[in-house]
Amino acid sequence: MRARSQDLGFRLTTGAFAAALAAIVIGVGVALVSQSWLTIQKFGLGFWSTSTWDPVAGDFGALPFIWGTLYSSILALLIATPIALGIAVFISELCPARLRTPLVFLTELLAAIPSIVYGLWGIFVLVPAVRSLQTHVPDALRALPIFAGPPLGVGMLSAALILAIMVVPFTSSVAREVLKSVPVTQREGAYALGATRFEAIRAAMYFARTGIVGAVMLGFGRALGETMAVTMVIGNNPQVSASLFAPQYTMAAVIANEFTEAADALYLNALVEIGLVLFAITLVVNGLSRLLIWSMARGARGPRRKPAGAAA
Amino acid sequence: MTDVPTHATHLPPRPTVVRADRDGVADATVKVDVQNLSFYYGAKRALEGISLQAQTNRVTAFIGPSGCGKSTFLRTLNRMNDIIPGTRVEGSARIDGQDIYAPNVDVVELRRRVGMVFQKSNPFPKSIFENVAYGLRINRLVTSKAEIAERVEESLRSAALWDEVKDRVHDSALALSGGQQQRLCIARALAVRPDVLLMDEPASALDPIATQRIEELIYRLKSQYTIIIVTHNMQQAARVSDHTAFFWMGKLVEFDRTERIFTAPREKLTEDYVTGRFG
Amino acid sequence: MSHTAYRTLLSRLFVGACGLAVLVALIPLAFILFFVVSQGFQALNLDFFTHMPKPVGQPGGGMANAIVGTLILSGLAALLAVPVGVMSGVYLSEYPQTRLASAVRFASDTLNGVPSIVIGVFAYGLAVLPFKQFSTLAGGLALGIMMIPIVTKTTEELLVLVPGSMREGALALGATRGRAVFSVIIPAALPGIITGIVLALARIAGETAPLLFTAFNNRFFSTSLTQPISSITVQVYTYAISPYEDWHRQAWAGALVLITIVLVCSMLARLATSRVSRLRTR
Repeated sequence: MRARSQDLGFRLTTGAFAAALAAIVIGVGVALVSQSWLTIQKFGLGFWSTSTWDPVAGDFGALPFIWGTLYSSILALLIATPIALGIAVFISELCPARLRTPLVFLTELLAAIPSIVYGLWGIFVLVPAVRSLQTHVPDALRALPIFAGPPLGVGMLSAALILAIMVVPFTSSVAREVLKSVPVTQREGAYALGATRFEAIRAAMYFARTGIVGAVMLGFGRALGETMAVTMVIGNNPQVSASLFAPQYTMAAVIANEFTEAADALYLNALVEIGLVLFAITLVVNGLSRLLIWSMARGARGPRRKPAGAAA
Repeated sequence: MTDVPTHATHLPPRPTVVRADRDGVADATVKVDVQNLSFYYGAKRALEGISLQAQTNRVTAFIGPSGCGKSTFLRTLNRMNDIIPGTRVEGSARIDGQDIYAPNVDVVELRRRVGMVFQKSNPFPKSIFENVAYGLRINRLVTSKAEIAERVEESLRSAALWDEVKDRVHDSALALSGGQQQRLCIARALAVRPDVLLMDEPASALDPIATQRIEELIYRLKSQYTIIIVTHNMQQAARVSDHTAFFWMGKLVEFDRTERIFTAPREKLTEDYVTGRFG
Repeated sequence: MSHTAYRTLLSRLFVGACGLAVLVALIPLAFILFFVVSQGFQALNLDFFTHMPKPVGQPGGGMANAIVGTLILSGLAALLAVPVGVMSGVYLSEYPQTRLASAVRFASDTLNGVPSIVIGVFAYGLAVLPFKQFSTLAGGLALGIMMIPIVTKTTEELLVLVPGSMREGALALGATRGRAVFSVIIPAALPGIITGIVLALARIAGETAPLLFTAFNNRFFSTSLTQPISSITVQVYTYAISPYEDWHRQAWAGALVLITIVLVCSMLARLATSRVSRLRTR
């Protein structure tokens, strides 16, 4: 039948575009592997466990970058998570209905500001503020490794703060959606047993715990890959340091800074390999977070009866 | 449903109690006394001048078509509607003579004393044990491990669930069947030892056998509690309750002994409803 | 203190803490907007839009080339992302249960989460390395790839919202599936899809990282697709990390322009979204 074959044509055409989308993702992975093959072969896993980054000598160890990325992202998460969850709870459970839309709009605005604008603000406003804060840290504390180093302003603390601001809207908007999917009967059940508001909200959050962990991980994924703002305030110094004040480096930042300078093939391969690992990490973190959010949404909607084994 | 009146007469004999009590002084205690209560969602009046009394150790049923206000009224009795913004109550509701809407009333304490079971069972995603222990823990009614375990068992026994779950109280509550979940929610409500038990269509989502078990449970529990139940199922009201209130469009049309409501209602509207002529 | 009083206090503290969290997040927002507007406004004038950058030491000048560059790059990105995104969205909404659909949904979510700098690396390998030449096309490719998943998602979500009765109406008249989609369903969802595209454009116009080594930068006015091209974001970056006061001012002005684009687009989106939700209730 003619209509039948036209339907098939429609399906194939749209399907081809959709398949192209999937092909891009595979293409990214393949391209990154093939363009970092030189360093993968030459350094193997040693690439990730050594700290010497000397392009001139052809010596590449990426440990400082992965350290800086994880340190800044985890720190940002520690700052951002309580704030983001507080916002999510406030908007979805506590605030008057007419405040809800403006607050959602404002937090979304925080997500819409371009990274470069955060970076600009970071350089000229945040970094001087952090520097003056650092000069006021008492000497007794300065002796601790976590506060070691001169008050430069740029460094881990500035990077983590700016990342935290950038991550908050992502985590809070997902956490809000997750809380919204908690059946109202859960809160009522708690209230009916004499729960206070806090206890009822805690019951709802407990119900939503998988999804909330997913929301936090989504924020983590964002923080890991964030480039410009971090590049502009972290100080770009490849060292493994515990100090909040020390200038450090991240994976994304080193790519942004050095890619155009990478004259020889090995150097370029080293940078691409950093990109490859960044890609892989964010892939895993985002995948896991989506899985958690999805299973939470399904649990809230799905049948109440589950096999005993699956109901943990 | 046209045979409801006759159906009601098939019920096992039970004490016939009205407000003007004929059954002995002990049974006549008024537990819940509502006078001229109106309820508003914003500007919309959902309940209009409701007055009724519920007695200790009796089951009072609220019937009426959906949207008639019976659930809303039930929820005014433990101030559950407080959590909905923009709602307002006028008139008075007293439990043991104390106005529950008085400014000095602690809502948290009130809700502990007035337990509630919901239409859809709503166990927390925790173990059976932790579900029942929840109210004990947050209210810190008992603190020692042994006392909590004792109270959990006692509550599960009262809710006729103990024998079915005693070997797996630490399994997830979500693994229970629908009827078991609902009895768990009843156990959870009983654990904090309320005086009044509000039930909002507790069996509407259950199959006939599970429903029967809940009804038997209600019948047994009334020796210890004041029970108020909302139901859309008139046969159920006829089977389990001593008094029945018929609501219609936010008003209390008739309130009387259950038998009377189903056999010789005073109001035409009530008669039409219980004989299935509308709704 | 009794246990109940303690619990009530705890509850109040919790409510207060949540309110505080909102304030804590809004303070940086206010700070950023304040600085961008106040600093940017001082530096912003007509010259900014019509003049070329001046060499260091000469005051004045503007970002005319970068503004044009951003427009061209965004246009190229849309040229790639709109067809791929809309068609993929159509496929996802028409054949939601197929295995390809799950794979594409997964790919789209994945692509959305890939750091923009990594997209830049990919586009570099694809469009810069083989030709040994930074180019506008490479930049457009990078931005386009970033834009695809956003357009796909919006399209799918909006097409699903179109009432089934509309589709049935078209099919009942003997339309083929493709006909029904393109003549009835897409037009019904069009305002929303356009909104999604505008929002996606606003987002990629603010991207810097994927352009650093694809479109690179260009001090001169250029519209050539095979040459490096300037963009507002990369220009702001260059100026921001420079040691010159004049350039810092230019950077703030550029930031103000970027923020304005974002704000205007979100406002437009909000307006259009309310129209779509009307469609839904109809």
